[in-house]
Amino acid sequence: MNDILAVLFDGVVYSSWLFLMAAGLTLIYGVMKILNIAHGSLYALGGYTAATLAGAWLAAGQAAIGSYAMLVAAAVLVGLVMGPLLERGLLRWMYGRDEVVLLLVTYAAFLILEDAIKLIWGVESMLLPDPYSLPGNFHIGTLAYPVYNLLLIAMAILVGLALAWALFRTRQGKLLLAVIHDREMSAAMGIDVNRVYLVTFTVGSMLAALGGALTAPMIAVSPGIGVEVIVLSFAVVVVGGLGSLGGAAIGALMVGIVRSAAVRYWPEAELFTIYFVMALVLIARPKGLFSAPEARKI
Amino acid sequence: MMARIGTVVFSFLFCALASTGALAQQPLRIGIVTFLSGAAAGPFGVPARNGFELVAEMLNAGRAPAPYATKGFGGNPIELVVIDEAGGPQKQVAELRNLSQRVDYVVGYISSGDCLAVAPVAEELKKLTVLFDCGTPRIFEDASYRYVFRTGPHGTMDNTAAALYALERHPNIKSIAGINQNYAWGQDSWADFEAAMKALKPGIEVKTSQMTKLFAGQFGAEISTLLSSGADLIHSSFWGGDLEGLVLQGAPRGLFQKHIVVLSAGEPGINRLGTRIPDGTIIGARGPFGPFAPDTEFNRWFRSTFLERYNVPPNYASYKAANALFGLKSAYEKAQKAGAANPNQDQIIAAFENLSFDGVGGTVKMSLGKGHQATMENAIGTAKTVGGELRMVDVKRYAPERINPPEGTKSETWIKSGFRK
Repeated sequence: MNDILAVLFDGVVYSSWLFLMAAGLTLIYGVMKILNIAHGSLYALGGYTAATLAGAWLAAGQAAIGSYAMLVAAAVLVGLVMGPLLERGLLRWMYGRDEVVLLLVTYAAFLILEDAIKLIWGVESMLLPDPYSLPGNFHIGTLAYPVYNLLLIAMAILVGLALAWALFRTRQGKLLLAVIHDREMSAAMGIDVNRVYLVTFTVGSMLAALGGALTAPMIAVSPGIGVEVIVLSFAVVVVGGLGSLGGAAIGALMVGIVRSAAVRYWPEAELFTIYFVMALVLIARPKGLFSAPEARKI
Repeated sequence: MMARIGTVVFSFLFCALASTGALAQQPLRIGIVTFLSGAAAGPFGVPARNGFELVAEMLNAGRAPAPYATKGFGGNPIELVVIDEAGGPQKQVAELRNLSQRVDYVVGYISSGDCLAVAPVAEELKKLTVLFDCGTPRIFEDASYRYVFRTGPHGTMDNTAAALYALERHPNIKSIAGINQNYAWGQDSWADFEAAMKALKPGIEVKTSQMTKLFAGQFGAEISTLLSSGADLIHSSFWGGDLEGLVLQGAPRGLFQKHIVVLSAGEPGINRLGTRIPDGTIIGARGPFGPFAPDTEFNRWFRSTFLERYNVPPNYASYKAANALFGLKSAYEKAQKAGAANPNQDQIIAAFENLSFDGVGGTVKMSLGKGHQATMENAIGTAKTVGGELRMVDVKRYAPERINPPEGTKSETWIKSGFRK
């Protein structure tokens, strides 16, 4: 029984991490039809900025609890700076072009940002372990887990609920849903589509950075951490259905729990599990679990 | 008329002398290949580059201690041409083809995959190439090379020494588990360690072998599995960010308290993690390097000069980089002593084969791979925080003959035979 609980909990923790990244990726795709490869770099930037800010905070002898605020501040900062910079400075010049062109543009941005990270922070890893270990542990059976894992789960739930509320319960969210449904018609009805794009990309960037910032205390923040993330997030988004927030949540849970079970019961297959889930889903539903039906335009 | 003849003769002699002087001062160009970007740059690539550059500078200035006090290589200055190892084996093969036209010798390669790819190409190009760090024993166990040397010991001894040490310190170990990266390095390391433990203690049980994706970074589920496994000992050959992640995530959960943990390549993590490495962790440095280097004048010189320059102690990659240049210099000067003032590549190769030279960390013997593969002693120790600093205690040294297969025998066969000579 303890084993199953451990598998489920490990899976949910991993899913929470996956969801934070996948939510931003699917939001940007849903609204802008851009598969943003630079999402991985924004995750890495979030990690580095968090390690820098929270590290400086702790080094200055400030209260450790404030380091958690620094993690969130780092994500907001990266989102507010990099979102508009990439969207206004680069992507808006490419709107109207083929999705593949936009994908390649974001890939170029990814490569540039990866090098920029090395120029700013060097190739040495950065460590920020205090926020991870400070809250202590709790136990599931005989296994100790850091309380920080609960914070990660809580943050993923909070982000999911906040996004759902913003999308379905606010005027701005409804405008955004209208743009997702039909960009041209929305523009014709007077919605400022460019503004919607800017806000969406900024929020998506912030979510990627938040994923990086919250992961920073658990890992060695080092060059290349954004590469793996983009592959995993993409897999989750494809499983859930491109552009679907609920799909991203279900996709993250499926991938996280299957991976966790594989680690425990069939470790040789762990590398394969994510793609196995993706392949199974795509065989049954080629556009993902929760992809919205597309209106055919005549 | 005589004056004109005198002027011509003088001019000729002047030109001849000047050109001789210029030839004597022509630097020997050495291509250096090490990771300058990517995840391996921080823990290995840059510390290795620093080691190369420091030693080259000291040699050119004649400031290295005996037996390397001669300037440069036998009086000839050396010049390094440093290129990035990132990009994978295919890219490195292309890079080597370009580099070999620009330099006299090539020294480099950290990744085993890169070493396996470039060794046959170096042979085809007939370019003297010194591998300095990569671990796979397959280089000289599966092939024979004339132009390729490796001055760093191969990976077999990392795990045979670790197994010997673990069982000497903890003879009651009944079960083991592993967490290693799922590529050649991790798979080979685990296979060697598992086979060594089974050979040294027949009947030992393997609880689980976790093979994680390279640079996965997060190991929550793996740590839970290891904690539940009931294994007495956990082996890991993790390096870089994965090593740091395992310690950062595993230590708060009691992984290092409930199990004996062996980090067979853990030494570069010491500078980064310090006292975050829990007491009792068994650590290897892939040779007598870093805190395991013997306290000799040579080592003190290297360590203090490196520390002064880079504000961080040299790690095993820095030591191996230094040893590669000292090995090449030794071969060059041995060839000079044999009568060649400016030895050609063939003469250097002849001098390099079966060479024994003083490395930082101890004697390096080119005793395997028909005289092309180095062996050294290995040292393993246990982490202990003393006075707020991480120290290596209970350090045990193993002679190269005890932890390496004999010439002509494959590592895998030798380990399974119970280390039989």
